[in-house]
Amino acid sequence: MHIIDRRLNPGGKSLVNRQRFLQRAKTLVQKAVRDSLKDRSIKDLDQESEVTIVRDGVQEPTLRRTATGGNRDHIFPGNKDYVEGDMIPRPSGGGGAGNNAGSGDGEDEFRFVLTREEFLDLFLDDLELPEMAKRRLVAGDAQGVRSAGYTTSGSPASLSVTRTMRNSLSRRIALRRPTREEIRLIEEEIARLEAPDAPDAPGELERLRAEHERLVRRRNLVSYIDPIDLRYRRHEPTPKPIAQAVMFCLMDVSGSMTEHMKDLAKRFYALLHLFLRRCYRHVEVVFIRHTDRAEEVDEQTFFYSQETGGTLVSSALEHMLGVVAARYRPDDWNIYVAQASDGDNVPSDNPKSIRLLEEKILPIVQYFAYLEVGRDGDPMAMGIPSRSSDLWGAYDKVAGPKGRMVMRKVHHRREIYPVFRELFQRRAAGDRVSGR
Amino acid sequence: MSTGPGPLLFEGGDWSFDLLKRIFDAVERIALEDLKLDTYPNQIEVITAEQMLDAYSSTGMPLFYKHWSFGKQFLSNEMLYRKGMTGLAYELVINSSPCISYVMEENSAMMQTLVISHAAFGHNHFFKNNYLFKQWTDAEGILDYLEFARNYITSCEERYGQNQVERLLDAAHALMRQGVHRYPRAQARDLKMEAQRENERHAHQERVYDDLWRTMPKAPKQASTPAGDRRKALNLPQENILYFLEKSAPRLQAWQREILRIIRLIAQYFYPQMQTKVMNEGTATYVHYRIMTMLHERGQLGDGAFMEFLQSHTNVCHQPTFDSGHYGGINPYALGFGMMQDIAGICVDPTAEDREWFPDIAGKGDPDGVLKHIWANYRDESFVAQFLSPRLIRAWKLFKLTDHQQDPALKVDAIHNERGYRNIRRALGRHYDIGWQEPDIQIVDVDLTGDRRLMLEHHVTNGVRLAEGDTAKVLQHLANLWGYEVCLDELEREGGKSLKRHSVKPQGSGLGETAA
Repeated sequence: MHIIDRRLNPGGKSLVNRQRFLQRAKTLVQKAVRDSLKDRSIKDLDQESEVTIVRDGVQEPTLRRTATGGNRDHIFPGNKDYVEGDMIPRPSGGGGAGNNAGSGDGEDEFRFVLTREEFLDLFLDDLELPEMAKRRLVAGDAQGVRSAGYTTSGSPASLSVTRTMRNSLSRRIALRRPTREEIRLIEEEIARLEAPDAPDAPGELERLRAEHERLVRRRNLVSYIDPIDLRYRRHEPTPKPIAQAVMFCLMDVSGSMTEHMKDLAKRFYALLHLFLRRCYRHVEVVFIRHTDRAEEVDEQTFFYSQETGGTLVSSALEHMLGVVAARYRPDDWNIYVAQASDGDNVPSDNPKSIRLLEEKILPIVQYFAYLEVGRDGDPMAMGIPSRSSDLWGAYDKVAGPKGRMVMRKVHHRREIYPVFRELFQRRAAGDRVSGR
Repeated sequence: MSTGPGPLLFEGGDWSFDLLKRIFDAVERIALEDLKLDTYPNQIEVITAEQMLDAYSSTGMPLFYKHWSFGKQFLSNEMLYRKGMTGLAYELVINSSPCISYVMEENSAMMQTLVISHAAFGHNHFFKNNYLFKQWTDAEGILDYLEFARNYITSCEERYGQNQVERLLDAAHALMRQGVHRYPRAQARDLKMEAQRENERHAHQERVYDDLWRTMPKAPKQASTPAGDRRKALNLPQENILYFLEKSAPRLQAWQREILRIIRLIAQYFYPQMQTKVMNEGTATYVHYRIMTMLHERGQLGDGAFMEFLQSHTNVCHQPTFDSGHYGGINPYALGFGMMQDIAGICVDPTAEDREWFPDIAGKGDPDGVLKHIWANYRDESFVAQFLSPRLIRAWKLFKLTDHQQDPALKVDAIHNERGYRNIRRALGRHYDIGWQEPDIQIVDVDLTGDRRLMLEHHVTNGVRLAEGDTAKVLQHLANLWGYEVCLDELEREGGKSLKRHSVKPQGSGLGETAA
């Protein structure tokens, strides 16, 4: 009898099978993951989560009998008051009196839990950041080192003993450095001949002595380790692209923005943030809200406090430029801007906004997404404006061929994700759709 | 109130490897000396919950080939476990020699005692002695074979691509239930017997020879029926579909046949387990109950631990009634344990009724001997049909419902009374008869000279047909393996009236060799 402790054996034996399953059901799981966005609060979006897919796609069929029809009998325990010959009305939904429920045709859903990584991989699969080319190296931990072969000079700390000894050995072999063993043999021979009762071998002793001297000299001449043998590990500094990004969330918080609209905007921001976090090591978020004047606030205030006042979009744009100038040098930061608004703006402000956008903002940002949120139940189809708002009309002129600015309209939660995907879809180079 | 002399094996719930060893020795002494069980050598492995989940999803085996369906299994178990909907089994035991039992590290010392009794001795004895396991499984070879299977399938994946292998495995899994030999096949007769038989036949012909027969007009000579020869050559009819494909599918490559064979042999290995669920669990439960009680009687198990044991034992053997809301079929632990307790009682202290129903064993006095004989020579169906006693039927208040398609209502056909006992017992036995519960499907013919269509028949019993959606999918797999069209006729058992014909063509040229 053996008792074996297997607890330390590597776990995760099922990992391969799990991955194969996800691979096989990828389309289904991906759809489920994306659908799950509709019903889930944005906060736990990147938690590990439960998904449900139709069983049909991952079914393992067998030749089996149906659960209904035909003549069957059942044995049950716990008879209370039935007597032989009693008739019991057939339970609705099939002939099996509960006996076959759960094992037959009934199960059409399959539920399981995805880890956070699996979820995000599937969720953000095939998306990419626009203009990824602009990645700045920033000071600090930007320099990485990697080993790059061997060199003949260096600090003692980086001496490569193995390499050095290998060189030494091959040099000693090549130069025929006498070994200690060879010298010892000759010495023994000399000692034997020098002994008083040694056989007479004239000249032999002299020859051996000369040979011994030659070997000792050669051994001193050819050193054990020569500076020529020394090898040092070489390290090469390599630039490590550490991209950092800042994401500006601009939102109109004037009275005309309803909770619903804010919710839509929030969802979009959350997605963008999630996505940027996967692409950059470091992402900062700046929340700027505006009425007729703009201010930088924390997230809580941004989403949950109500302000009253007019609407001056340019104030937010100006404030943003101020923050950029103060803290985020465009040379060092990738700047993303997402603006959400219901489209209201004081008409006289439009020219100023456009000017700011065109001259100051677009040249320095990676991407400027304008999201116009509408009321739930608005009959407009996604992205097709029936009536242009003031701001939309104005921005539309700017969103030119440069392609850094995109505009979309959203009315319902379920449209957020498609719009988001559409914006960040992986595209062939040079095929970027310019905003409308 | 433990009375015996022995010092307690343990106090409290903690266990150590040293204690595990002492527990094992104490349990082994009772199992071998008192119960006289006959087991394979044991190997106890302590694992974590995570590892138990892993083991679950490869049908309990320590090593298995890779397939997505096991991942699916894993995900669904993991989900149920995490949500607390199911607990994990306390143990898992493998029919191999040495017999490997997994025990979980979370188990208390009492629990370890229980699972060692249950798995390492109860199940182990059953595996080694039951005729079905002896006939169909090779406990010594299974682990080596599984390792071979895993390596072989991995090497096929490397050579032919994971996709190819996965498609083949999908198809083979779909037909796995039709991949077992249900009956031990006729041994090839030896040549001496064959010669003797031929001589007898010849002598018989000499004896009945009469020249008059020569004058009879000859019937017009019939062309020999190629169909008959063909069926004989192909061993048709054949119900082991995987076996037939392995031997006769025209387009499969050698590695594909080998994989079909692997799946078929694994299916065959699990075949006895499907037929002995009640007996297997019943045996293990009966054995652990006996051993734990004896440990307690001998003072090796404290009162507290014994109460803890009774608690979990009762949970395992609980049978909810059909209307309780927890009913999920008949609990094999409860039925098996209940019947075995009952049988032991009949042997020792029979009532008049027992003497009438079980004249062979009533009052015979050697319950362990009787039970061991039963464990060795029965399967669920015959066990229930033979040994379900009226007492148990009354205690469980079993009743039988019949459900006829043409009737508007279900009828209570039998209850726990004098007239119902046999009816109920027979019906319950039937429920465990795999030949009765699984559809009877056979390959009957192949049109080898024509379009190579494979013909199958399903003999429909009691009007219960095959589930449509699944059948179409499985036949698609079958057609892909066969490489040509496949036809399945559903025939009524009486009269042979055709109820439905399924017909499927392979996708592309199927899984086998392409024309090139």
